[in-house]
Amino acid sequence: MEIKAGSRLACPDCSTELVVVKPPSAPVVLTCSGSAIVEATADRPGAGHADAAGEGALVGKRYADEESGLEVLCAKPGPGTLAADGRVVEIKGAKPLPSSD
Amino acid sequence: MNLSLLLEMAASASDERAAVVSGDVALSAIDLDAAARRVAGRFLEMGATGVVYCGTNDVTFPIALFAAAAAGLPFIPLNYRLGAEQLQPLVEANAGAVVVAEVMPVVGADPALTVDRRALLDPSFAAASEVELPGFIDPEDVAVLLYTSGTSGTPKAAILRHRHLTAYVIGTVEFAAAEPEQAALVTVPPYHIAGMANLLSNLYAGRRIVYLDAFDAEVWIDTVRREGVTQAMVVPTMLARVVSHLDGRPADVPTLRTLSYGGARMPLPVLEQALELFAGTGFVNAYGLTETSSTIALLGPEDHAAAFEGDPVAKVRLGSVGRVLPGIEVEVRDEDGTVLPIGEPGLVFLRGEQVSGEYDAGSVVDAEGWFPTRDRGWIDEEGYLFIEGRADDTIIRGGENIAPAEIEDVLVRHPAVDSACVVGLPDDEWGQSIAAAVVLIPGRTATADELQTHCREHLRGSKTPERIVFRDELPHTPTGKLLRRQVLAELAG
Repeated sequence: MEIKAGSRLACPDCSTELVVVKPPSAPVVLTCSGSAIVEATADRPGAGHADAAGEGALVGKRYADEESGLEVLCAKPGPGTLAADGRVVEIKGAKPLPSSD
Repeated sequence: MNLSLLLEMAASASDERAAVVSGDVALSAIDLDAAARRVAGRFLEMGATGVVYCGTNDVTFPIALFAAAAAGLPFIPLNYRLGAEQLQPLVEANAGAVVVAEVMPVVGADPALTVDRRALLDPSFAAASEVELPGFIDPEDVAVLLYTSGTSGTPKAAILRHRHLTAYVIGTVEFAAAEPEQAALVTVPPYHIAGMANLLSNLYAGRRIVYLDAFDAEVWIDTVRREGVTQAMVVPTMLARVVSHLDGRPADVPTLRTLSYGGARMPLPVLEQALELFAGTGFVNAYGLTETSSTIALLGPEDHAAAFEGDPVAKVRLGSVGRVLPGIEVEVRDEDGTVLPIGEPGLVFLRGEQVSGEYDAGSVVDAEGWFPTRDRGWIDEEGYLFIEGRADDTIIRGGENIAPAEIEDVLVRHPAVDSACVVGLPDDEWGQSIAAAVVLIPGRTATADELQTHCREHLRGSKTPERIVFRDELPHTPTGKLLRRQVLAELAG
């Protein structure tokens, strides 16, 4: 599956939905607790994850894989853990800024 | 990423509480999302190629914006205050766009494509629409066309793509982080980049947006108190009017946590009075341009508080726009493009994901992604950015570059001076000579000689205005930008 900027992706087995902020520089396999991520419009059986440990994917958080350059925004939360080619994809830290708007 | 997704996320995280309020109309993020999709279908059915919005702040502004985004059409907010002569070419340049209007008819607009903005709130307006909305909006698509204020000539349309605006929002705003009681008061107009940024940021943060359709100092303060406003953004002329309205009395707005200002240079005396009258409120100076999707640098509440308490370094930095946001890079270069060291003034260049630098006539961003702001400035050793003003306004007298703002800052420190505008006039001997138009505080007096002496005490002789004239007021755009060109034309004429 091609991961292009702006495309909407989802975990077939949990509620996690993602939007691609930055595509990877080379193809990567993006997974959610082991399930390969699919297009959001694809069939999603929703079988759940057997071992959904960790905090899951948090809505509004950006997740970035430094090695491939892939960055996604979590649009809907879910219990799964995101990984790119097996590497856990971490939350991209953002220091809270004073409100300027 | 596209603007629709920001609203969709806001709707998914919200309950029925109000997201946008104007007058007695309040919409939740869920209402707004539903209205935007409904209206988007209708716009596509009408064959629109874009969505023009011509009106004051109102809940129909976000409906029109997000309807445009959902339909995959560019959104073009126009300055409703423009005279027919200036408005007509902008409307005609966007022929084919549906025109959402507060007041009908709109000059130059096709009546068949003109919609009274109140219709956007009417469920029957698009009830029968069966048009399918595009499923995928490319982040490269144009989200917004904003006409720059054109203080130096004909307005240019700045192009902001979905990826620029969403990069600003997701890079600077914590999603759904606002507490339920938080409310932002928005007085900057829809056609200003700050109006756009206010809407997107507050919606994404889950903060209720309260719109005022026209600015009035007393109404503004009353609204802050009545609505329990926690955040507000103003342009300097608005803050000056609030300070003048308060006339030394405390603002008495206990709910107001943050007051941010930007859009033009803030006169220090106004800011210092405001800091005193708004005790308990944190001040934020936000610097940015239309072409950078709004704010790229911030001077935060701690810096303002330190300056207010008299810290000498912080007092100097009160004249800065603070430090650039994470993800933004800044360089100061000379006219030849050489990057200048810390402390040396030159031309300010910016780079970052929210930076567009593109106009209808093409992009001005260089091959490495740097955008020439055409602002002059310098950076101190801790990264605080000082903006001197537009490069085009720089006075060159006897080979010396002089920023008008430096002289204006000294003039407004004189106890009789309310405001000042310094310009360079053609001069056979020096190339340019310095002239100042000065507005005195009512009831106070000063002569040109006295003001020249005052300048000489604080500046080098070469920076003292050779000519000083007195005026009752200075010309500004409605969003607070000083119209130097007009002052220059009058003084040179």
